[in-house]
Amino acid sequence: MEQPFDLTLIWAGIIGFGIMMYVLMDGFDLGQGILFPFAPNEHTRDVMMNSVAPVWDGNETWLVLGGAGLLAAFPLVYSVFLPALYIGVFLLLAGLIFRGVAFEFRFKAKTSRYLWNWAFAGGSTVAAFAQGAVVGAYIQGFKTENLVYVGGALDWLTPFTVITGAGLVAGYALLGSTWLIMKSEGEVQDWAYKLTPRLLLGVLAVFAIVSVYTPFVDPFVKSRWFDSVSLIWLLPALAMYCAFIIFRAVKKRDEGLPFVATMGLFVFSYLALLASKWPYIVPPNYTIYDAASAPESQLFLLLGFLFVIPIVLAYTAWTYWVFRGKVKATGYH
Amino acid sequence: MDLDPLVLSRIQFAFVVCFHAIFPVFTIGLASTIAGFETLSFKTNNPIWQKLSKFWIQVFAVVFGMGVVSGIVMSFQFGTNWSNFSYATANFLGPVLSYEVITAFFLEAAFLGVLLFGRDKVPQGVHLFAAIMVATGTFISSFWILAANSLLQTPDGLVLVKGMYHVVSWADALFNPSFAYRFAHMALASFLTAAFVVAGVSAWFLIQKREVQANRKALSVALWFLLFLAPLQAIVGDFHGLNTLKHQPTKVAAMEGNWETGKGVPLLLFAIPDKENQTNHFEVKIPNMASFVLTHDWDGEVPGLKDVPIEEQPPVFAVFWAFRVMVAMGLLMIGFAIWGLFLRIGGKYYQSTMFLNGLRLMSLSPFFAVLAGWIVTETGRAPWLIYQQMTHAQGLTPSLTGAMALFTLIGYVIVYALVFSAGVYYLLKVFRGGLEKANAPHELDSIERPSRPFSAAHASLDEEGEK
Ligand code: HDD
Ligand code: HEM
Ligand code: HEM
Repeated sequence: MEQPFDLTLIWAGIIGFGIMMYVLMDGFDLGQGILFPFAPNEHTRDVMMNSVAPVWDGNETWLVLGGAGLLAAFPLVYSVFLPALYIGVFLLLAGLIFRGVAFEFRFKAKTSRYLWNWAFAGGSTVAAFAQGAVVGAYIQGFKTENLVYVGGALDWLTPFTVITGAGLVAGYALLGSTWLIMKSEGEVQDWAYKLTPRLLLGVLAVFAIVSVYTPFVDPFVKSRWFDSVSLIWLLPALAMYCAFIIFRAVKKRDEGLPFVATMGLFVFSYLALLASKWPYIVPPNYTIYDAASAPESQLFLLLGFLFVIPIVLAYTAWTYWVFRGKVKATGYH
Repeated sequence: MDLDPLVLSRIQFAFVVCFHAIFPVFTIGLASTIAGFETLSFKTNNPIWQKLSKFWIQVFAVVFGMGVVSGIVMSFQFGTNWSNFSYATANFLGPVLSYEVITAFFLEAAFLGVLLFGRDKVPQGVHLFAAIMVATGTFISSFWILAANSLLQTPDGLVLVKGMYHVVSWADALFNPSFAYRFAHMALASFLTAAFVVAGVSAWFLIQKREVQANRKALSVALWFLLFLAPLQAIVGDFHGLNTLKHQPTKVAAMEGNWETGKGVPLLLFAIPDKENQTNHFEVKIPNMASFVLTHDWDGEVPGLKDVPIEEQPPVFAVFWAFRVMVAMGLLMIGFAIWGLFLRIGGKYYQSTMFLNGLRLMSLSPFFAVLAGWIVTETGRAPWLIYQQMTHAQGLTPSLTGAMALFTLIGYVIVYALVFSAGVYYLLKVFRGGLEKANAPHELDSIERPSRPFSAAHASLDEEGEK
């Protein structure tokens, strides 16, 4: 069908934005869970949990939007990724369940509180790892025939995806610790300051591995980056610059900048990843155009998005504003 | 034994969705209840309403949490186990589920934070607004999800092109023939659920003589609602059934346990339907009654299961009995509402221990009715996933093996069993704490006051602490 503008392209942008929102927002609250076992004491854990309790549900809603949005705009992605990652998706969901209920139950628990600490930590870490493995699986590509996934149950689980999984765990922990710098004070903040540079080193190490490894296994990616030196090299450069800012800001004990710069680090690496694969959305066979849903459906939803998403962003911002400022261990609920 | 991914996926989907369904049906009703309490508190300044609201918000938080986490699972179930179905219906299901997220889930999530944690951070009016927004969100959510489900029951406004449905009319597709009935029936079910739980818990507090004034008010309001809602639900249910008769006659035949199409069909009070032999055993019946209920004519014609080949008949036993459980619950509810009215006329409804104890038990009845109702609806549609267009087998994920499906089925059962037991445990704890604890200045035990035993001690915490 002839369209006055490229709906599929617009949708690629929207879904890309939605996933980015999810990664940034749920990233810092998953990060609290990943760091939970390492917290020096129960007081720190209370602060960590309270700092995200009012917003985690909204953050996770971006994941649901990512799922539903993919079904709406790129059904092929939905119907290939989910069967291919079947076991991983289960782990992801189980992780999200445990950490989700831990928010409610830990507040109400007394003697069993340590159990919910573990549920929160374990659930968050497993969920983050599974998401990182999804990224790795996307880079690897999927075995498909006639628009249907035909590979096995554990094709996605390779040394490479284990590395990307661990990388995202470190990345979310970094988002979590810089968030904590911003939202806490005193002893808790000191701890977060100490942690941040180490986490950053871990993240950079995974970056290095992925960047070296990917072009070797994927000729498409190799030619994208090395055939002609183009503007996309700007993206990793900017990511490195963000990393540098984080180091410096932590040293100067800046409170807000480490978090902002970490977000920058995520955004630029994410864009670099997309640029490597563009326009393939179900690699190695299908592009965004092969995966797209019917134009009338894309249009129907687009109208709603244009109208509703700004409102969503506005009241989401408002709730962050209501809960602005430093968090104490008590006083909530 | 061969593991059949189809059977396992159906068991898994039924398990996961039934688990999910009991939470929303409660939160939809409870959100409106809380918004009601907050409104009364705002308008009258009577501290009783805020006391009640604070208590029920605690309950709401636990139930909502479980609803959210189980709902997130639902939105990925379609893709993991039913990828062919998802792909084929994506042009409709995708936008509808996405609209649900952007118009409802974000609204609920954002304002829930303010409702739960913001009482001291925003003015009372804004807090009330948050309560109303959460309640509104739950209804918007039901609108979209029930439109999606109804479309699978009574498809309309779609054409099939090269294995994918395309929407030709969004209005027809969303407001498909069974949507309005299902929405009304489900909304009433949610209100009934909240009303019975509030009534049952208040009754229990009254038996123990705790916070008598506030709980008496709550019970009174709940009983007035029940008196109106319970009969209305039966009427709406009747219309819902008539509509189903028009569009899904085989489902109605299964509900009635009727094998041969015929006139003057009896209503079966009891029977053991036997699909294999295409007959019933041990029938207990009221002559001509089914014809009368379904056609409002003693000699009206009622469709029979044998109109379709046996492969196209749903599992009759489940549909037949689930329907009876739902209707029995509905009639019991009406009975209790009327009993309450009689006691009220006598002036002493809160003193009859028998009535109060009965209400305690009845607080479980809506959950049984809701699950039974969904089993009628969903199992009655079998073997069709999209009525008369796509079967369960056609919708299944091709790469799914029995072992994979078994692994996740067992996984979800374990995860949900843990979460559910913990959830019920904490709910009971909130109930035991009662209004007193929910209104105590530090009802949340912070680190300053670690590990107190949570038994009766709380009741005496501040008998008249806050007023
Ligand atoms: C958007 C669509 C939708 C919605 C809102 C629901 N369902 Fe459903 N249901 C399906 C879409 C569906 C389905 C996709 O069509 C299934 C999945 C596979 C299948 O067997 O049909 C199904 C199957 C299914 C089965 C198994 C039937 C069988 O295999 O014989 C049960 C018991 C339920 N559902 C129960 C429920 C409950 C308790 C719901 C309340 C929330 C519910 N469904 C909402
Ligand atoms: C199979 C169908 C269903 C799917 C895929 C589904 C999906 C979801 C998802 C993803 C959530 C979590 C949203 C969040 O993050 O806040 C959720 C919650 C919710 N769902 Fe469902 N759902 C289904 C059935 C239903 C039905 C039948 C109803 C009611 C009529 C319903 C009503 C709600 C409500 C009110 C919530 C808000 C959270 C809560 O109350 O616990 N859902 N659902
Ligand atoms: C007392 C008389 C009642 C009648 C005659 C009645 C009738 C029906 C019918 C015919 C259906 C199936 C519609 C279909 O599949 O197409 C249905 C479904 C359902 N019923 Fe009832 N019902 C009654 C009471 C109740 C009560 C008291 C509740 C819960 C509190 C309830 C909850 C449900 C639910 C959740 C469904 C599934 C969703 C739907 O299809 O609407 N029903 N009911």
